[in-house]
Parts: sequence; structure tokens; C-alpha cells
Amino acid sequence: MTETIERHTISVLVDNEPGVLARVIGLFSGRGYNIESLTVAEVESGAALSRINLVTSGPRMIIEQIKAQLDRLVPVHQVSDLTEEGPHIERELALIKVVGSGEARAESLRIADIFRAHVVDSESDSFVFEMTGKPGKVNAFIRLMEPLGLTEVSRTGVVALLRGKKSI
Amino acid sequence: MATSADNSGENINGSEMIVRCLAELGVEVIFGYPGGAVLPIYDAIFKQNKIRHILVRHEQGALHAAEGYARSTGRVGVVLVTSGPGATNSVTGLADALMDSIPLVCLTGQVPTHMIGNDAFQEADTVGITRPCTKHNYLVKTVEDLPRIIHEAFYIASAGRPGPVVIDLPKDVVMAEGDYQEGTYTSETGHRSYRPRTEPDNAAVDAAMELIVNAERPIFYSGGGIINSGPAASEALTRFVRETGYPITNTLMGLGTYPASDAQFLGMLGMHGTYEANMAMAECDVMIALGARFDDRVTGRLSDFSKGSKKIQVDIDPSSVNKNVPVDISIIGDVGTVIDAMLAKLPNKSGGKSAALEDWWRQIEAWRGRDCLRFKQHGDIIKPQYALQRLYELTKERDVYFTTEVGQHQMWAAQFLKFEEPNRWMTSGGLGTMGYGFPAAMGVQVAHPESLVINVAGEASLMMNIQELSSMMQHRLPVKTIILNNEYMGMVRQWQELFHGGRYSESYMDSLPDFVKLAESFGANGIKISKPEEVDDAIRTMIETPGPFIADVLIDKTENVYPMIPGGAAHYEMKLGPDHGELEEKAEDGMVLV
Ligand SMILES: Cc1ncc(C[n+]2csc(CCOP(=O)(O)OP(=O)(O)O)c2C)c(N)n1
Repeated sequence: MTETIERHTISVLVDNEPGVLARVIGLFSGRGYNIESLTVAEVESGAALSRINLVTSGPRMIIEQIKAQLDRLVPVHQVSDLTEEGPHIERELALIKVVGSGEARAESLRIADIFRAHVVDSESDSFVFEMTGKPGKVNAFIRLMEPLGLTEVSRTGVVALLRGKKSI
Repeated sequence: MATSADNSGENINGSEMIVRCLAELGVEVIFGYPGGAVLPIYDAIFKQNKIRHILVRHEQGALHAAEGYARSTGRVGVVLVTSGPGATNSVTGLADALMDSIPLVCLTGQVPTHMIGNDAFQEADTVGITRPCTKHNYLVKTVEDLPRIIHEAFYIASAGRPGPVVIDLPKDVVMAEGDYQEGTYTSETGHRSYRPRTEPDNAAVDAAMELIVNAERPIFYSGGGIINSGPAASEALTRFVRETGYPITNTLMGLGTYPASDAQFLGMLGMHGTYEANMAMAECDVMIALGARFDDRVTGRLSDFSKGSKKIQVDIDPSSVNKNVPVDISIIGDVGTVIDAMLAKLPNKSGGKSAALEDWWRQIEAWRGRDCLRFKQHGDIIKPQYALQRLYELTKERDVYFTTEVGQHQMWAAQFLKFEEPNRWMTSGGLGTMGYGFPAAMGVQVAHPESLVINVAGEASLMMNIQELSSMMQHRLPVKTIILNNEYMGMVRQWQELFHGGRYSESYMDSLPDFVKLAESFGANGIKISKPEEVDDAIRTMIETPGPFIADVLIDKTENVYPMIPGGAAHYEMKLGPDHGELEEKAEDGMVLV
């Protein structure tokens, strides 16, 4: 029996205190869970709360385990599985460097335009594009840049929010 | 706790605050070992007389002693150690307490704040090292935070699923002066994000009762969670089990949650559990897991674990549910509270046992009839089972607590000692820490000075923390130790015999000490015996001799623990052993599994 692997986006509200991120990461490495991406920043400075967004994948039982394990960490206030809670927006920001000249350079600019990527740095033989979008869109853009002189990529990982009035 | 007006707003240093907070929290004893970073705290301890300090001889001993203290009382065990090596020596005990859900607060010294990160003398990244082996840990940054953190730590250690909490204390913080107001924090203060659920979901309880009441081949399976919930949970469990008339088995950690002498008790389950308990788990139609976590020693091969049953699991820790074994109904809450709720919903039974239940009991009695723990004490070599049987018989009328080390003797103790109530049995279940039992017994004795405390030991394990005999002498703790001495790391030898072609690689204990002389060198007493007819007298002498005592009982060196479900096998593949005419199978395919 093969179990289906599910991809889940989970938001975790945590006390903004030293060691919290180490606890979360330690949980994943110690128990052998997948992390596809992880972002963290303070979101409510008054309450000293940070939001961790993480994307993980695994069989159903493991995903449930991950949430339960996260929830029992002492500085964790709330664990929300956005994939389960309903429609949500996922965005990622990427910086992409493409080195080249001639037709390839022109082609990269055309594609960037289609993907609504901005040129944030430009020299005679290089571009740095900035783009935001769903991880899939970022992946597609990167794939297209590969033959055109892609040399370096820096990505933030996913940030996510529920659609509509509802919040976690 | 009321705020006392005369005490408000005192200016005292961090060390004094610590001692005052601990006293406020009702702490009576600290197990510890001094060093540079904690000297100010030791100074504060010196100046007061509310809290007793038990000086150990190795920090690991302090942790296990605190575990024994905690497990036998239901209270939080408290430890104080210095920075660097003091903290690293504590790691095994913390990991042990985490695995077995024992509430501890461990205060560790740390180098002054401004030196942290500079590889200062006796600096270790204690919060980093202990993060994965504590329930939570703190590095205290300012003296103002101290009282809150100490109270929080006690709350976290004992609330929900208990566990160890480390508070790392830089030396400048414990020397700094700050404002201290008694009664600012109480045990009700809790924590701003950690609030474990204790009250169960009613609908889940109803659904569980539906299954329980209509079960035809039910079994209760209870574990250490019942003990952590408190003695009332054991009482409720006992009532529940008796009223239903269903069979019950206990995990290693759950021994004592149900009276072992009762006919409905099938003994321990798992790798070395009884045949009837494991078969009943395999063949049941409804399994009711109460404060037990489906550990791999219990389940055997997961894919074959009790395939036909509906499973109900009650646990306070949501991460314990559906971790190894998917269950049909899970109830999150305090297991004692849940059992009370279940009892309230149990219909008044009219006409005795149902026909199905009678059939089920007939089947169980047939399994029981195999008499899986049978052994033959013949000839003039002492069988370990015989020694334990006699130990049980000669102590059962007494107020007695048992601890064990880890290995074969531990399994035999679990099989042959019988516990009628909780908190009487202390063993390292989850981590399986050799060297646990001796210091744990010391902690139990501190908590119960008038009681008989016996550590059942293997000679290899005992060597791991034997130094605590010195602590026992100093603090007049008359712990009794009975060594089932096979001159082997017996459990290792057993696996080598069964799964490694009898290649006894490094499992023989060469150059063992003379344990009697060893005891005497500490100022304690001992006796060494090798004949079955000497067993009773040796046990009586051990009990009657004042002070710590070591009874070195030379046993059959080649005895193996049976029954046995080999690692990775299914329950129905259980081996009963040579006394049952079953061949001892020697296969190497069990090798990869632990
Ligand atoms: C600290 C530690 N190291 C190693 C082991 C692995 N181990 C498990 S049982 C055992 C042998 C124990 O020998 P002994 O204490 O003499 O008990 P016996 O099995 O002979 O009863 C060993 C080495 C362990 N459990 N703990």
C-alpha cells in the first residue's frame, strides 16, 4: 500500500523569543520530517509574536504528527494548516541573476515581462530580476531562464494567508 | 498564595530568589553537585534551612535520583548542577525523563552573560544541547525574569504530559540584585501559550463508550499516563475495569496502575510480556489504550499489530495519538478525568457477562494455561526468576518500592514482581538507561525515608552509577540492591545468542569487583550467594541490616528472558522458550532491528 504524499502549508504563531526557530527546525531534523520552505518574521511586535510559514510534505499521518508536535512546543501559540482551512494565498519573492548578451539577453527580458518580473539591477551583460508569485510560477520562470544564462537564485520561501475575512 | 505585606519589594540577589521561589513552590529537596558557576546558589542554600540538598557523586545520579523522587511522589524533582560538564553530565537523565514523562526542573549554572559564546572556562551551550531532550528550556537573561521563569518551569514540567525543564542561569544573573515580591506568581499563573487540554470532548467519550459497551473481545491497555494523572486515575481505572469485567494489560511503565493480583490482570504486554496479554492484544475486537503510546516494544511489527480491532486511545498529548498506530477514536484529555467521564456513562449492568465475553475469557484462560512465565528451579544454580519470586514473596506485605537497572533483570522484575498500586515501580522504560536504578532508588528513599526501597540490578548496570553508594552513606539512605549477577551484559548476550550466531562480542563482564568488599569499602554491607537455598536468608539479611546493602546473587549465566517477541516480529510470533519445549530459534534476520 503506497500512501499519498500531501503538500501542506502551515502557519505557526510563536513567541518571538530566542531559540524558537531552533526548536521548530530541530523538530523537523530530529524527527526526519520534510521542510520544503520556511519563513519567519515578527508580525505583532506589541504581543511579541512571530509567524512561521512552512511548507512540508508527507503522508497524512505524518502531517498530523507534525502539527501535533509543533503544537506541543511550549512557545507555540497556534498551528494552522492553511491547506486544510480553505482557500489561501501563497506568495514567494525571488531574485534571479541571468548573465549573457545578445539574443539570449533580449529573450530573458521578454520572458521577464510576461512573468511580470522586474529588473532590479542591470549591467551590460547581466540582469537581476525580482519576481513574486506562487512557488510554481517562480519555478517556471527559473526553468525558462536556465538556458538563457541563469547563474544564481535567491528565494524567500512561502508566505501565506487565508483568503477572505477569516484569519488564523 | 497570599501576598504577604511585610515581604513585598525586597531587594535580594538572584540566588536568594531561586531558593525563595523553590520554597514557595513547596520544594523540600534538591539533588545537586556544586561548581564555579553555581557557587552563589550554593551560598544561598547554605544560608537557609527550608530546603534539603542531597549531594550526589555524579550529576547523572542527581537526575535519576530526582526522577525516582518524582515518580514515587507525583511531585516535581529538582536538580542543581554547574555549567559545562555539570550540564553535559545531566543530559542522559534529562533524555530519560523526557522519554518517560517525568516532571523535573533542572537548574544549570552558566558562565556570566558577557562571556557566553566566547568558549569561556566550563562553558557549554546548555540550552542548545538540551533542547531536544527537554520539554522546554530557558536561558535567563535578567534577574527580573527569574521568579516568573522558575514558576513557569514548574508549571510546564508538571502540566499536561510531564517532562524535564532546564533553567540555565548565568552567574551574573544569580549574583545580581533585584526586587522580589513573594506571592507574585503561583502555580495557577501558568504560561501564556502553553495550556494543555485536560477536559475531554464529550462526543468522543460517547463514541468510545458505544464501542466499549458493545465489545465482544475487549482489552484495556494502560500505561504510564495513568500514573502521571495521579493515584485517583488508578482507582478510577480499577473500578472501570472491574465493572466491565474486561481483561487488562499494563505496559512496563504502567505496572501498578491496576492491581496485579486481580484475576482480570493479564500481566505486562510487549516484547517480554505475557503470552495471554499479547495474544489478547492481537485477537481483541476493541482495544482501549489509556495513557499508553503504542511504543515499538509493545506493538512488535506494526503492519501486523492487532489488525482486526477497533482502537480507542486516551492521551493528554495529541502527538501521542496516531503516531505509530492509527486509532479509530482518540480522546485528548487527562486520562483520570476521561475515565471518570466514561464511568459515569457506563450503563448499570444487569445480567452478568455476555456470552461473547464469556467466550473471550475462555480463550484468554486457554492462553493463560500455557503458563508462559514457567521456569524450573532445579539443581544448585539460582534461576533469576526464582530469586525475584522469593524477593516478591518476602516483601509483599511491606511498604516497598522497587527500582531497576536495564537488561534481563529488569524484564524479569517486571514479570515476577507484582504491584498493587501506582508509584511503587520505577524503571527506565523509554530510554532504557543502564545506571538508572541505583540513583533512582536513592531519590525514592529520600521521599520515603521509612519505606523499604529495593533496586533490582544487573552487575553491568550497577557499575554505571555505583558511586552513589557514597551519597547514600552520607545522607543515611538505606537503599537495598539485589544484583542478579550473570557476569554478562545479559540482555546483550541473549541477543547475540539469538541473532548473532552466538558471537559474544564484548558482552562478558571481566574483572568484576567483589561487590561485598565494594559495599564495605563505602561503609555499607553486602552478602554474596550462589545457592538456591541461600536466597531467602540473603533477602532477609538484606532487609534487616540497617543502612545501604548489596546482595550479590550469582545466577544462571545463560538464562534468557522469555516469552519474547523478537524485534520486528508480530505478537503471534512470540517465542515461549525452552521450558515450553520450543526450540530457541537462532536466526540472523533480527539483527538490524533493535
Ligand atoms: C547506558 C547504556 N548503555 C548500553 C546499553 C545497552 N544494554 C542494554 S541491556 C545491556 C546489558 C545489561 O547488563 P546487566 O546490567 O548486567 O543486566 P542483565 O541483562 O545481565 O540482567 C546493555 C549493555 C544500555 N541500555 N544503556
